[in-house]
Amino acid sequence: MDLAAVWFVLIAVLWSGYFVLEGFDFGVGILMRPLAKNEGERRAILTTLGPVWDGNEVWLLVAGGATFAAFPEWYATMFSGFYLPLLLILLALIVRGVAFEYRSKRSDLKWRKSFDWAITVGSFVPALLWGVAFANIVRGVPLRAAEPAGNILYDGDALLNLLNPYALLGGLTTLFLFMTHGAVFLTIKMSGTIHDRANKIATPLGLIAAVLAVVFLVWTQVAYSGKPETWILVVVTAGLWVGGIIAHRIGKEGLAFTLSAATMVSTVAYLFWVLFPDVFRSSNDPALSLTIYNAASTEYTLTVMTIVAAIFVPIVLLYQAWTYWVFRKRISGDAIPSPESGSLDYPDEAKPSVPVG
Amino acid sequence: MDALDLAGMDVLDLSRLQFGVVTVYHFLFVPITIGLSFLVAIMQTAWVRTNNEKWLRATKFFGKIFLINFAMGVVTGIVQEFQFGMNWSDFSRFVGDIFGAPLAVEGLAAFFMESVFLGLWIFGWDRLNKKLHLATIWLAAIGTLLSAYFILAANSFMQHPTAYTFNPETDRVELTNFFEVLFQSTAVVAFAHTITAAFLTAGAVVAGISAWLLVKGKSPDVARSTMKLGIVTILLGAAGLGITGDQQGRVMVEQQPMKMAAAEALYETAAPAPFSIFTIGTLDGSEPVFSLDIPHGLSLLATHTLDGEVQGINDLQEQYEQEFGPGDYKPNIPVAYWSFRFMIGFGMLAGVWALYALWMTRKGRVPHGKWFRRSALLVPFLPLIGNSFGWIFTEMGRQPWVVFGLMQTESGVSPTSTSGLVITSLASLTLIYAILAAVEFDLIRRAVIIGPPEEVADPFVADESGERPMSITY
Repeated sequence: MDLAAVWFVLIAVLWSGYFVLEGFDFGVGILMRPLAKNEGERRAILTTLGPVWDGNEVWLLVAGGATFAAFPEWYATMFSGFYLPLLLILLALIVRGVAFEYRSKRSDLKWRKSFDWAITVGSFVPALLWGVAFANIVRGVPLRAAEPAGNILYDGDALLNLLNPYALLGGLTTLFLFMTHGAVFLTIKMSGTIHDRANKIATPLGLIAAVLAVVFLVWTQVAYSGKPETWILVVVTAGLWVGGIIAHRIGKEGLAFTLSAATMVSTVAYLFWVLFPDVFRSSNDPALSLTIYNAASTEYTLTVMTIVAAIFVPIVLLYQAWTYWVFRKRISGDAIPSPESGSLDYPDEAKPSVPVG
Repeated sequence: MDALDLAGMDVLDLSRLQFGVVTVYHFLFVPITIGLSFLVAIMQTAWVRTNNEKWLRATKFFGKIFLINFAMGVVTGIVQEFQFGMNWSDFSRFVGDIFGAPLAVEGLAAFFMESVFLGLWIFGWDRLNKKLHLATIWLAAIGTLLSAYFILAANSFMQHPTAYTFNPETDRVELTNFFEVLFQSTAVVAFAHTITAAFLTAGAVVAGISAWLLVKGKSPDVARSTMKLGIVTILLGAAGLGITGDQQGRVMVEQQPMKMAAAEALYETAAPAPFSIFTIGTLDGSEPVFSLDIPHGLSLLATHTLDGEVQGINDLQEQYEQEFGPGDYKPNIPVAYWSFRFMIGFGMLAGVWALYALWMTRKGRVPHGKWFRRSALLVPFLPLIGNSFGWIFTEMGRQPWVVFGLMQTESGVSPTSTSGLVITSLASLTLIYAILAAVEFDLIRRAVIIGPPEEVADPFVADESGERPMSITY
C-alpha cells in the first residue's frame, strides 16, 4: 500500500475532524454576543463549549504535527510561506483560548465584556482565514526552487498574493459554514430562549452559506480541479447541506447537526481530492508543486507513524466521543445563576462562604 | 531583504531571539502544569480516601490556580508547534523525517489525553461519579508526563542525534530506529531532570502560597496540610534534581563535551579538573581575579573519579576544526557559564527555603513574621528562574549547532523569512505575552488573597431535590 497516500488521507481526516469540531466552536464564539441578551445567557452558551473546546483544538495540533512528520517539505514550505496568515491565526487562537478560561474568573462585568470581544474576534479570524488558506492551497501559490538543494520555497508576497477574490470567497464560505454549524450546535445543546434564537438564525445563515459554498465549489471544480470525477463531491456536499437546511426546517435537530457535520467532512474531502496528489501547488510552474511523493518522509517513518495512528486514533475517538456523551444534557440559559456568581464552584470575589456547586 | 534592522540584528538573530522569548515563556507554565496536576490529583485522592473536607477545599483552591496556569500553557504551546515551520523551515526540512514523529505522537497520545480529561475534570463534578471523576485528573496528569517525554525526545535528537542516516539525495537526515530516538540516554536523563524540576516548581507554588495563607491565618487547616505536601515535594524534587543533574552531566560530558567545558569555563584540558563555584574577573571566566573552586569537583561530576580528565574548550575547538572544518565551535561562554550557575543556584535556594519553612513550622508552630511571609511569596519564582536558565543553558550551550554536529543554527532559519516578518511576529507575540502575563499574575494574586473556600458542598451528594450541586465554571 502507498503509505504517502494513506497519510494524505489521514491528514484530510484530521482536518475534517477539526472543521467539524472547532467549526462549531468558532460559530458559537461568533454568535455568542448577538444571541445572548444577558450575562447568564452568555455563560450558558459558553458552557456548551467549556468541556470540549480544548480537545477540539488538539485536532489542529495533530494535523500540524502529522504534516510535519509525514510531509516535512509540505510543512516547511507552507508554514514559512503562509507566515502572516498563520501568525494572525495564532494570535487569535491565543486570545480566544485565554478568554474562554479567564472571562468568568472575575465577576467584574467590564472584565467579562473585554473577553467577550476577544472570543468574538478570536473566533472570527480563524474561521475566515482557514478558508482563505485552503483556497490558496487548492489554487496554487507562486513557488521557486532554491539553490543549490532545490528546496521548494514560497515566492509570493507576504499577504497580497493570498488575498485574491477566489481565496476571499473561500474564507467567507468557511466563515458562514462554521457560523451555521455553530447555530445548529446550539439548537441541540440548549433549551429555552437561546435555543429558539439559534433556531431562528440558523436558516438565513445556512442559506447564505449555501450560496457561497456552491459558488466556491463550482469555481474550484471548473478552475482548479481538472478531475471530472470530483463533481461527485460537489453534488454530495451541496446535497448534504440542503438536506441539513430541510432537516432544520422540519425540526429534526439531531439530523440537521449530523448533516451539517457531514458537510464539513465532505468539503474537506472535496478540497483534498481536488488537490491530490499535490500537497502544495505552484501557480507558476506545475513542475515545482510539492506532491505526496516529493514531500513525504521515508517509508520507515511513515510505517512507524501508521502503527502509532492505528493504535491511538481509535482510542482518542472513543474517549472524545465519551466526553460528548457525558455532557449531552441540554443547557438552559435561565438555569445559570446571576452574574455575581463566580467560577470554579465558589464565588471569586467578596463572598467566599457561599458555595455555588 | 533586510530592510529593517533592529539594533544590528539580522534574520537569524531575530529568529533566535523569538525562539528564546516564546520558548522560555511557554516553559514558565509547563512545569507548573505538570507538577501541579499531580499535586491536585493527590489532594483530591486524599479527599476521596479520607472524606476530610479540608482536602476537597484544597483541591478546589489549587485546582483554580492550576487552571489559570494551564490555559497559558495550552495557548503558548500552539506557537511552539507552528514556529518550527514558520521561522525554521530549513531545520524542519532537514530533520522532519525524524523530529516530526515525536511531535505528532505527542499530539495524538498525550495532548488529546490532557485536554479531554481535563475538560471532564473541570466540568464533570456534577456528571461523573466520585471515582471516575478522580480518575480524570490522574489521566490528565499522566497526559502531561507523556507530552513532556515526547517533546524532550525530539529535543534530545537535537542535542545528540542518533538512529539516523544522512541521505545526500534528499539532503536530510532520515530515521532508522524510532525506539532509539525515543529511548536514547539523552532523552531519558533529560526527562528525569525536567520532571523533577517540574515537581520542585509545583512544590514551591503550593508551599509558598500555603505558607502565606498560614501566616495570614486564612484556612489554616487546609494551608498546614498543603504546606507539608509542598515542602515534601520541594525536598524530594531538590534531591531528585541533584541525582538526575549528575546523571545528565555525565551524559553531557560524553555527548557534548564542549557544553560542559563552557559551563565550567574550562579552557584547558585538566586532570583533575576543579568545579568552579564562581569567578570574579572577566565575564567568561578566562582571566579570573578571584575564583572559588572545589578541587576535583568537575572530575567527580563528569567522570565519577577524583582525577578524571575533562576536556577544555581550546582542545575541543581544535578537535572540532579537524572534524568539521574551520569555524568557531564555542558557544557563548559567559552565557553558558552563568546560566549553569543560576540554574543550580535558584533551584537550591528553593530547597533552602523549604528547610527554613520546616524550621518555622516545627512541632506544629504557627509561622509568623513579615520576612517569612514575604519569602513565601518569592519562593514560587525561584524554580521558575532556575528552569528558564536551565533551558537557556541547554540550548545556547549547544551553539553554534541547532542539531549537534549535523546542522548549524544559521543553516536552519527560513530562507523566505525577512527581518520585517520576524519583527512583526516577535513584537506581536511579545506584546500579547506581556499583557497575558500581567493578567495571569493578577488572577492568581486575587485567587490567593481570597484563599481556599470556607466550605464546599460535597459535589457527589444530591440535595433534597435529588439533584447534585450544579458545577459551573464559565
